[in-house]
Amino acid sequence: MPHPRSYKTEAIILRHYKLGEADRIITLFTPYLGKLRAVAKGARRPKSKLAGHLELLTHCQVMLAQGRNLDIITQAQTIESYLPLREDLQRVGCGLYLAELVDGFTEEGVENQALFGLLHFGLGLMTTEAKTELAMRYFEQRLLQNLGYAPELYRCLGCQRSLEPGVNFFSASGGGVLCPTCADTEAVVRPLSLSALKVLRYMEREDWTAVRRLRWEPELARELERLMREYLSYRLEREVKVTSFLDQLRQAGFTR
Amino acid sequence: MNESIPSAAAPVARLIQEFHKLPGIGPKSAQRLTYHLLRAPSDEARALAEAILELKERTVLCSRCQNITEADPCLICTAPGRDPSAICVVEEPLDILALERTGSYHGLYHVLHGAISPLNGVGPEELKIASLLSRLRSGGIGEVILATNPNLEGEATAMYLQRLIAPLGVRVTRLARGLPMGGDLEYADEVTLTRALEGRQEL
Repeated sequence: MPHPRSYKTEAIILRHYKLGEADRIITLFTPYLGKLRAVAKGARRPKSKLAGHLELLTHCQVMLAQGRNLDIITQAQTIESYLPLREDLQRVGCGLYLAELVDGFTEEGVENQALFGLLHFGLGLMTTEAKTELAMRYFEQRLLQNLGYAPELYRCLGCQRSLEPGVNFFSASGGGVLCPTCADTEAVVRPLSLSALKVLRYMEREDWTAVRRLRWEPELARELERLMREYLSYRLEREVKVTSFLDQLRQAGFTR
Repeated sequence: MNESIPSAAAPVARLIQEFHKLPGIGPKSAQRLTYHLLRAPSDEARALAEAILELKERTVLCSRCQNITEADPCLICTAPGRDPSAICVVEEPLDILALERTGSYHGLYHVLHGAISPLNGVGPEELKIASLLSRLRSGGIGEVILATNPNLEGEATAMYLQRLIAPLGVRVTRLARGLPMGGDLEYADEVTLTRALEGRQEL
């Protein structure tokens, strides 16, 4: 997509990489230009005017100039720094989890305003909400809906009959649920408790003001986490790296 | 590079290829370096080759602080004038060089060899944290200064270490974060300014 020589955009910072001696390549997620990568020259120098505004997960306004390969960030100004998120290990981990999902599921240059809005909303949740795990599950549902990957939760993938109360089976490759009869014929399925199915359905149709009131037992939270990890890594075709950090935090007892 | 028709003698092409593997060295730089060495006296080429071999053969990680050193323990860990009750934790060996240039710190160091970077799959287990905890458990340490970089990864590393170390009863401090000398308040970001305000000192 051709840009004018110099242009402005709102952005949330997803990733950064070192470049050369003092530069960084920044991966930005924007509302109207989709995901884009640009160079922040001199960002690794102490006196850099850009560096602080281009920190990971920062919501900022950025000015860019057309470059030979990558465009160059000429100015950056923080809109929201999410400081409370940065001062809490669990919140940082959850914020990075959202960033990795958005980075993994998007291609450069593809506009997705709704997804930008969702990421912005999600980072706000991770900054202020106590139930960050519930917020992650909620974000995943909305993300999957945005991408067209939301699982089918009412009809069996195999026989199309309405799912019965009881234990059913989740199929990542099928993107939905199999009744006990049809699940017998499938190799890779995961048992899905009735409670988990109910929570998934609830999150699919309700918004956060309702979902945030949900209370769940640790076993149910773990079941949904395992299920969503499996489904997301199937769709992404790789593991989500931040999950390993979140697990280490949990093992160390640092989840608040 | 076109391999089927060699345009340079094999040893030349080989060195160009080796230089090209180094970070920040593109094909033109690799060629320039190689042709420079061809024209230079043999001693120069030999000195470079030997220095490269020695780099790997003669360096180890200091068993106490994980710094890169020739002798184990390293010069800093064994230096007589240093304060053994303070450990300054840094991400990379180069950070030690920077801090030593100040001449203001006389304690010991510990090098993590990275920072927690969940997006890159670098967690606490990939860093030299276990050896730091062993040092602390052996006793005699009064203060741990966390000198990881003031970015998201460095902050996450500092928070993680603080929570690991606090139960051991050792004082944990963090390098002040704020405005750099020569910097401009106008261009500073909110996080930097907030921390600079929080860390304000009497004049």
